[in-house]
Amino acid sequence: MHGSNAEVMRKAMLDALSLPAFILLFTMMGFGSLARGAGFSAEMAALASLLIWGLPGQLAMVELTSTGQSLIAIVFACSLANARFLPMVVSFVPAMSRGRSNLPGMLLDAQLLSINSWAVCLREFPQIDVEFRHRYYVTFAASILAAAVVGTLLGYHGAVLLPAVLVLGLIFVSPLFFALVLSAVPGCAERISMVLGCATISLAHYLFPSVDLLITGVVGGSLGFAAGKYWKSGNAN
Amino acid sequence: MRTETLWLIVLGCAAATFVWRALGVAVVKRIDAHGAFFQWITCVSYAMVAGLIFRMIIMPESELASVSMTTRIAAVAIAFAAYYLSRRRLVAGVLAGGFSLSAMAAWFG
Repeated sequence: MHGSNAEVMRKAMLDALSLPAFILLFTMMGFGSLARGAGFSAEMAALASLLIWGLPGQLAMVELTSTGQSLIAIVFACSLANARFLPMVVSFVPAMSRGRSNLPGMLLDAQLLSINSWAVCLREFPQIDVEFRHRYYVTFAASILAAAVVGTLLGYHGAVLLPAVLVLGLIFVSPLFFALVLSAVPGCAERISMVLGCATISLAHYLFPSVDLLITGVVGGSLGFAAGKYWKSGNAN
Repeated sequence: MRTETLWLIVLGCAAATFVWRALGVAVVKRIDAHGAFFQWITCVSYAMVAGLIFRMIIMPESELASVSMTTRIAAVAIAFAAYYLSRRRLVAGVLAGGFSLSAMAAWFG
């Protein structure tokens, strides 16, 4: 894609508004109402979405708070539930291909990252000129973060009451969206890793529920990586 | 819980999540973006994200647990069918999957 900064920002906002912003709005409405039930104030809930910016960790925080766990236990559980940000940041930042990079800027980029922007940007980047990728990412991520905070507040105040079956459909939309986005991921090692990740979590979830995602990442990813290497060497011969 | 404790929980959780992001940045600054380590950690993140999505659909802890597994899998199949039939339009797939789940949940309970 060629064009100006303004064009790239427009595309990023349109891509966000085409679906991801609404998905965040609805899923964070769920978080907002749970946060209220656990005793948090509206400001706390909004700040949690803004600063934690990772739903599995936010849900762990709300769940353990409502069952009256200690501060340390809650923070630890939230941290564990959001550990995926380490590999996500490592695999994402080089894809932006930023030439010069300063530490505060990189930390801010890392703070803005979520599973939505990770999946959507990795899908869109090949169609975007290298010099515009960072701008696309920041605009997209900021747009959906804004939607998330608004959604948290709407959910907290119970602004939108929907029929129960419709709520089920809305909750379902989020994993569905990621499944569709990721179905187009190129690269044999990545695809095998995803399949093995699904297989690993089925076991890990029952055996080690608190660290199931970490195990899934390391086991599924390592096997996928090895399989990808094997495949490549096989094709080369 | 006391208000101060709740604030500490929110800020503590934000800081604890940020630690992973900052560690990611620290690793990025030290690795070769074309090297084997980068390829490995990319595989790790794809496996983790796919596992997370699989868990959300197949082993949900949300209200989705009240919908039968057959219904959930059927809705995923409908979403993928709509996605490919619409020449890979995400909106079409997501809407078809979401609405079909709602409809089946209303129909079959």
